[in-house]
Amino acid sequence: MPTVGRSLPRRDGRDKVTGAAKYIDDLALPGMLHGRTIRSSIPCGRIRSVSLLSDPAGFTVVDYRNIPGRNVVALIGDDQPCLAEHVVRHVAEPILLLAHADRERLLAADVDVQYEPSEPLFDPLRSPKVFKSIAMRKGDVDAGFAEADEIVEGEYRVGHQEHAYIEPNGVIAVPADGGVTVYGSLQCPYYVQKALRAVLDLPADRVRVVQAETGGGFGGKEEYPSIVAAHACLLALESGRPVKLVYDRAEDMLATTKRHPGVIRTRTGVTRDGRLTAIDVDVVLDGGAYMTLSPVVLSRGVIHATGPYRCDNVRVRGRVVMTNTPPNGAFRGFGAPQTQFASEVHMERVAERLGMDPVRLREINALRPGDTTATGQVLGRDVSALAVLRDAVERTDFKRRRRELRGTGRGLGLALFFHGAGFTGAGEMKLASKASLELTERGARVLASSADIGQGSRTVHAQIVAEALGLPFDAIEIARADTAVVPDSGPTVASRTSMIVGGLLRRCADDMKQALGGLTPKEYLKRRGPLVVTRQYEPPTSAAFDEETYTGDAYGTYAWACDVAEVELDPVTYEIRPVRITAVQEVGKALNPVLAAGQIEGGTAQGVGYALLEEVVMRDGRMANAQLTNYAVPTTMDTPRIDVVIHERPYRHGPYGAKGLGELPLDGVAPAIANAVRHLGIDVRAIPMTPERVMEAETGERKKVGSKK
Amino acid sequence: MRSALSALELLEPRSLSHALALLRDAAPVVPLAGGTDVYVLLNAGTPSGTRYLNLQRLDGLRGIARRNGVISIGALTTFAEIRRSALLARRLPSLVAAAREVGAVQVQNRATIGGNVANGSPAGDSLPVLAASDAVVVLRSADGVRRVPFDGFYTGYRQTVMRPDELIVAFEVPPVPGRQWFRKVGTRAAQTISKVVLAAVRAPEPRVAFGSVAPTVVRARRTESVLASGGTLNEAAAALMTEIAPIDDLRSTAEYRRRVAANLLRQFWTETA
Repeated sequence: MPTVGRSLPRRDGRDKVTGAAKYIDDLALPGMLHGRTIRSSIPCGRIRSVSLLSDPAGFTVVDYRNIPGRNVVALIGDDQPCLAEHVVRHVAEPILLLAHADRERLLAADVDVQYEPSEPLFDPLRSPKVFKSIAMRKGDVDAGFAEADEIVEGEYRVGHQEHAYIEPNGVIAVPADGGVTVYGSLQCPYYVQKALRAVLDLPADRVRVVQAETGGGFGGKEEYPSIVAAHACLLALESGRPVKLVYDRAEDMLATTKRHPGVIRTRTGVTRDGRLTAIDVDVVLDGGAYMTLSPVVLSRGVIHATGPYRCDNVRVRGRVVMTNTPPNGAFRGFGAPQTQFASEVHMERVAERLGMDPVRLREINALRPGDTTATGQVLGRDVSALAVLRDAVERTDFKRRRRELRGTGRGLGLALFFHGAGFTGAGEMKLASKASLELTERGARVLASSADIGQGSRTVHAQIVAEALGLPFDAIEIARADTAVVPDSGPTVASRTSMIVGGLLRRCADDMKQALGGLTPKEYLKRRGPLVVTRQYEPPTSAAFDEETYTGDAYGTYAWACDVAEVELDPVTYEIRPVRITAVQEVGKALNPVLAAGQIEGGTAQGVGYALLEEVVMRDGRMANAQLTNYAVPTTMDTPRIDVVIHERPYRHGPYGAKGLGELPLDGVAPAIANAVRHLGIDVRAIPMTPERVMEAETGERKKVGSKK
Repeated sequence: MRSALSALELLEPRSLSHALALLRDAAPVVPLAGGTDVYVLLNAGTPSGTRYLNLQRLDGLRGIARRNGVISIGALTTFAEIRRSALLARRLPSLVAAAREVGAVQVQNRATIGGNVANGSPAGDSLPVLAASDAVVVLRSADGVRRVPFDGFYTGYRQTVMRPDELIVAFEVPPVPGRQWFRKVGTRAAQTISKVVLAAVRAPEPRVAFGSVAPTVVRARRTESVLASGGTLNEAAAALMTEIAPIDDLRSTAEYRRRVAANLLRQFWTETA
């Protein structure tokens, strides 16, 4: 019986449901100390003095002077200190580390930090410090605008978003043989290893990073655990004892990364019959105080900024800038939800201007096989923009339902969107990921650094290998993501774990099957000895991307989707209640249909939060609502019925045709809901669409209508 | 960041009179019932005191009963018990509706009505119901019993007429004539703190009480008079605006609260017509 395409139960399911799974805070080692991070209370200024006021007995104390290597969080810019030296640039910046055997004593410790505050910078539009700027050009936008019958302009704003993974950040660092071993809640063991090598000045073989069971990530455990791990290691090396450093919810929300907020200005030229002649977009993202992954977030945002549409004349300019707020970073979608919110609400406004049916406008312009994207990438046959659009429209009886709902207090809207899978441009080639397969008596063991963070990668990888080897699912083991055991398969990010790493494993399995030559694993081991096969990433033959000109093949392939949202406005409270969302998503191949649908439902629910509820309230550079009480993520009561429809148009380089799926579902929810709200006659161009914002838009609209009469 | 628990002291009274003696002699002490407000502050590192008085064993302060036409609700009665009470479902359905909106089910199992009132947050879900139903707060101290009308209980933001040696032991609710109406508006559909809440009674002498729109719960007497004397809804809403003083905070804006308060008043009046 085939393994791929079946909804086999999750490998981790039983242990998680019964409580047997051990997360970082469930673990304790003999002699272990607890760590605590002392952070800045101001957004910007010089540190005048730092003093521990409590009795220092039993405390391990570490500041920047105890760092044996470089005082940086090694990533892209190396601009972020591991511990502040003389200057702080955001609230909650780490300054001093404490450890003590008794958590109570640790919590009671009193540290006084004196500052010389300086004027902070909070407005990204006025920031002179640019981390990265990108200009992407195709054709001639001026000529495109000259050809246009109508030009539509708009400004769209998106807010921060907090990951709100169920398990906050946490690690345990253990000093060992002149090196360290770190167990942590994390997505990318090799990122952590790289950061630790820089801070601790240790060779790779002295820094071992092991992923513990991880309670969610969503990008929030892509780059940030490098900081938590570095801090724990410094304390562990200083004290010579294991150190556990686990954030509580408030600290995690206050200090760790969020989704980048942004301002997106769009100008579109269109002919009377609905053909796009020019798209000109200006993207500004707020990076926070340090660079983190901002350049690549911007890159993905820029590439997705035109939406899944064909247009000969495109200009997208983007910049990500510094502000004195905690650094923003990776979050499911990685720039694409921000720019596609703008592109899809803007498309709706273009349709309104033309007096054209919004579905028709999208049909005319949707990318088709053989079209070129904004980067000039020629698309292959696995393009599904029209197919998902038409299916979503048909299933929801979109056009009739729109007419039916008029005047009822309900609205219906849609969004058409896409998501490039894997690293952007030459990223996958530079990563040159590896994965291995080791023959075992019963079958094989997967050796990959992919972290199962709840998305089900252990299950899906085992399915791919079982299928290719023609062995039962249970015959495939998955090794823990441990840098001492598994090769660097790249980070668990960018919707690449099934498509890229799964693809490597598929090739390993094919090689292994050939090597077996008909023998059973047991027979092979007996006759020929151990067998390990390794594959390294090879780009599809023709792929090339120029990072200077932003032209070429930005991604191996794209997944496509159309969301239709029906919403209801409460006229008393201005609350927008999503009633039903239909998510039609083309993912190449659903390797495990239940897990794929789970990704789509979860991403859609997270998108509902992004669209309607989740507002990070920043006051003087500090997240003022750093509690789950006041930062409202959607409960089941806030999440509507979600009809998931999976389309499969295989990607020829993906394992069994699979494309990346993890991030796609989040990209289109907010614009679909915003367009449903537009259908109610309310013009909202910023998210989250809180009742307060809807009230302003609604009462403002009324005034405008009133003044015209 | 979490508070260090080792710095805290928990007093364990054996009886109500013992508890009252401790309140008198060991001040300052923070009474601890379900702990759902106290623990939030402990977890945030901003505890309300270092010495706590555990009321959990004072079973005499639990339960809902009717005596001489008045419903008496013990201060330690949980919102889960209120949700399940057939007596309240008949006589004070607004309180049942409010109980259903308190936190999550787990919180309702712990949180008590006495704690909700003593905590004194203007966003407390049960407060507008007690205000609209002319409830009386029964206070005990070592010196005896004192009864305070709910409408005069709060004197300012988290300020009450209670003396430090007094404990809320019960609420007495006289029969409520007319049709009760309740609606809480929060930041999401469940497990939320209110942005505006209205408990009202439709009767020849209507009653209107709002939460989260002023430093204390507001019994809107001028609005009630306008409605009682046959004024229009616009006149009533205008009166209401003179009685509430909402602010911008983490959860909402003053402007939103004003508009939604007026909208709720209209909705109440229209639906109970």
